[in-house]
Amino acid sequence: MFNGFAGRNSLTLVLGFGIILLCAPLFFARFYIYLIALILVTGLLAMSLNMVLGHGGMFQFHHAVFYGTGAYACALMLHKTTLPAAFGFILGPVVAAILALIMGIICVRLSKLYFGMLQLSLGSLVWALVFRWYSFTGGDDGIHGIPMPSLIASINGSYYFTLIISGVSLLLMYRIVNSPFGRVFEAIRDNPERSEGIGINVKHHQLAGQVFAGFFAGVAGVLFVCVEGSVFPELMFWTLSLEILIMCLLGGWFTFWGPMLGAAIVVTLRTIAGVYTEYWTMVLAIILMLLIFYLPQGVLGYFEELFHHRRTTSVPKDI
Amino acid sequence: MEIASGITLSALSQQILVGLSRTTILFIVSSGLSLVLGVLRIPNVAHGSLYMIGAFLSYTIATSVGGGSYGFWLALILAPLGVALISLVVERGLFCHLYEREHLMLLLFTFSLMLLFKDLVKLVWGSDYRSFSAPDILQGSFSILGLPFPRYNLFLLIVGPLVAIGLWLLTNKTKIGKISRAAAVDREMVGAVGINVSLVFAFVFIIGCSLAGLGGALVAPTQNINQGMDHTIIMEAFLIVIIGGLGNIWGALLGALIFGLTDAIGILVWPQFAIIFPYLAVVTVLMFRPKGLLRATW
Repeated sequence: MFNGFAGRNSLTLVLGFGIILLCAPLFFARFYIYLIALILVTGLLAMSLNMVLGHGGMFQFHHAVFYGTGAYACALMLHKTTLPAAFGFILGPVVAAILALIMGIICVRLSKLYFGMLQLSLGSLVWALVFRWYSFTGGDDGIHGIPMPSLIASINGSYYFTLIISGVSLLLMYRIVNSPFGRVFEAIRDNPERSEGIGINVKHHQLAGQVFAGFFAGVAGVLFVCVEGSVFPELMFWTLSLEILIMCLLGGWFTFWGPMLGAAIVVTLRTIAGVYTEYWTMVLAIILMLLIFYLPQGVLGYFEELFHHRRTTSVPKDI
Repeated sequence: MEIASGITLSALSQQILVGLSRTTILFIVSSGLSLVLGVLRIPNVAHGSLYMIGAFLSYTIATSVGGGSYGFWLALILAPLGVALISLVVERGLFCHLYEREHLMLLLFTFSLMLLFKDLVKLVWGSDYRSFSAPDILQGSFSILGLPFPRYNLFLLIVGPLVAIGLWLLTNKTKIGKISRAAAVDREMVGAVGINVSLVFAFVFIIGCSLAGLGGALVAPTQNINQGMDHTIIMEAFLIVIIGGLGNIWGALLGALIFGLTDAIGILVWPQFAIIFPYLAVVTVLMFRPKGLLRATW
């Protein structure tokens, strides 16, 4: 089911996309470069969510808190200290992973809706702290004008930085999902009781999944700081968490690349439809409702199913 | 950030009274959410939007009759009915086809509904702040223990228990209430004995949503009616329902009390971080009783 990266066709597709993205600054205007960078960041965030949501079957209701934490850790490091920027870039994901570990230890003993709700309340606690701590995090204003190292201060510099880091992260995530760990993770999603029965420590695997997902969300947060140069509490507000859940759904959460597609659709829609009408969320809402009614497996999930169906009917082998 | 050192007893008691009236609003909204979550198993994120719509509707009703003293009372009755009508359309048109879907899908569906409502409210009422005042009889304040206490808060303290008793009577003493409680436990079995479960669900959904509308109508004279109302209330209502126990009306009351009081006392103790106290209370409760304080229906 998860043959996203692999397969000869998809590999060509991924390579083709990679080349287009590498050459993009040569052809496109500044605005579109910024848009692509934003899509990459949001897509990375949605895919890190999908690691635990689609692949692990955990109700990750408040994933944005790791994203925001990564962004804030990096921004505070760059803003408040004079240490080299690299420290900030490393600190972001590490702090997010530590937060994911702490929250995971508390939440992981519950399952499904209760897990999600406890995570939501813990995440809101973190949000409230950031929202109010004016002297440290800047409160509801956030931090603006974060100093960037000269190499990635320009629009093209930050674009290439984002492209390279998200590419490496996606590769790593792909490796994790397709490692023995990833397979066990999917087994837990499909049947936790039976997985427990064959000697898998379900809670430890879920905790590890939380840490991985938190880490990559932190990477996305750091990249957001590089692209935007600012942070604000909305980055860890619960509506963003639901928005990225929607991206996963939109693209298809049983596929590897689905969330990236979903993020591309949502971000593009917001930017393009936002130019013409201030009611772009209504457009998004109606698309989503139609999707839930008629295409519950998502856009990419639908096409993959279609493709898979045709392939298995013509050449009955596979698996 | 300084912690207030000298907290007088009178200030504390006054703050508790204010917290209790906040509790009333929270209870009315979250009991509706709890009802829907307990019986229909829909985590209805759009509940907060219905609360907002209730507030905007009551503004429109109260001002369209000239803002007189009976405008408020008319709004108090008509706004929940208007919200009930909206929820009827939503339930019969959309939700009744989705009951078999899993929670996550329903959650996302209600979230998209929330986005839709948000833009519809913006379309109808614009993005300005609105406000109107309570009738003369509920304005001003009187003194309790030598401290001023707003009359409107007392009114809220009377309405809250009335709603609680009404809900208890509805779910425990009427036939449809008993059926809906049975449907919460085992919907197939209820269907098997020849009851139209779908209609029962519609009834419960409408009651739950109109409670959100009532909450909105009640809160409308006390604050600015604005676009962001739905975000804050729905988060609080969800946490209240979770710490109380899913689908348990008394749990919603208990949760609202915890939430409202920790909030009110937090303002007194440490104003800058007051917002954190209720969340801290919720986390503490969930650490020790992850399924809520009282028995959940599922």
